[in-house]
Amino acid sequence: MTSLFLRDLKLAMRAGGGALIGVLFFMTVVAVVPFAVGPDLNLLSRIGPAILWIGALLASLLGLDRLFQAEREDGSLDLMLMQETPLVLTVLMKCLAHWTATGLPLVIASPLLGLFMNMKELAIGATMLTLLAGTPAITLIGAAGAAVAVTLPRGGLLVSILVLPLTVPVLIFGVSAAYAAVEDPAPFLPPFLILIAITLFFAVIGPLSAALALRAASD
Amino acid sequence: MPISLLVEGLSAKRGEDLIFHDISFVLTAGEALVVTGPNGSGKSTLLRVLAGLLAAQSGRVLLDGISSEIGHPREFCHYLGHRNAMKRELTVEENLSFWKSFMGDSPGGAGIGIEEAAEALGLGGISHLPFGYLSAGQQRRMAMAKLLVAYRPIWLLDEPTAALDASADRLFATLVTRHLGAGGIVVAATHQPLGVEARELRMTGFAGVAGEVGH
Repeated sequence: MTSLFLRDLKLAMRAGGGALIGVLFFMTVVAVVPFAVGPDLNLLSRIGPAILWIGALLASLLGLDRLFQAEREDGSLDLMLMQETPLVLTVLMKCLAHWTATGLPLVIASPLLGLFMNMKELAIGATMLTLLAGTPAITLIGAAGAAVAVTLPRGGLLVSILVLPLTVPVLIFGVSAAYAAVEDPAPFLPPFLILIAITLFFAVIGPLSAALALRAASD
Repeated sequence: MPISLLVEGLSAKRGEDLIFHDISFVLTAGEALVVTGPNGSGKSTLLRVLAGLLAAQSGRVLLDGISSEIGHPREFCHYLGHRNAMKRELTVEENLSFWKSFMGDSPGGAGIGIEEAAEALGLGGISHLPFGYLSAGQQRRMAMAKLLVAYRPIWLLDEPTAALDASADRLFATLVTRHLGAGGIVVAATHQPLGVEARELRMTGFAGVAGEVGH
């Protein structure tokens, strides 16, 4: 299992793996917002957490469609389906590797982008923490979408459309927890705990449904 | 205890059409079955059903002589399909060591080392190269090295020798013979002779009854 994790990480880092494409996209989205909104620093710091979350959400949807499609194209998926190792575990491990290669860099880049948005230290920290807790859920939901669209040659947009409605709760609780940290009366912990619960919930449901979809899609 | 592969009344559909139906055979340890027939007669479909990658319309595939509890016979099979299941970006060594540790060994045998497997296919010394740098024939041979690094008693081979030159053909025949000699089972779909003593299953296609020709 660790060998699968290491292989997927290596593949993401090598040329064409696309690990940094997500971060670049994230930076592009967030960097253009101040130009569009104008030099109103208060407004920027107010919408900062939301913009960071939208950017991270869109960036983590980017490479999802290749999660299983690349494996299917070279025949590796056939062998993975045949092993004694439960397919659910294989999927979970692939999700973990995918998140480490594409989701974790977004979390690490978020403080820098928080500065672009004139956010305070507390807001930056809270946003980073909510991204850390919330972005795995996006990958786990996305795995199910990627598995459904695995046989479609250009399933990229379809995966995003399938997955986006399901990620809305992640976005809502992620952003509200980040705001709660800066705005005094609202408590931080309840939305943050719900965010963690969502991630744990999809850590079970996502790989399970992805494994079912992969078995059904084999041809 | 030697294992045997039992196939009973197998039939499979592609879309609405029955590709083959009521195929039964028994292979015991050390036996090979060559599946022949024109293009589209269902050779690959049969192998994919045996590998558990396609659901059979009726019939079943059983393994006999396995002491441990198994979920599905596919766990005891190697499947070498048209695609090589190797990543172009990774080196041959990284590819093979991944499959070695990911697949593990079936009970009753052990896979050999990566460099040893590459030697056995006549490609020693180039396993540090990215898989994508190799020629089509070399890629095919390295995909065959997968059969050696992780032990599985049953090999399901789909057109194994396509893109191979004559010497690699013979090399592969000796590997298959050695596997059979060690009590393995081989099912191969092929147009060319495999170069080993084998029974033949001739597929006629389009739901025609497939007849077994014998030795």
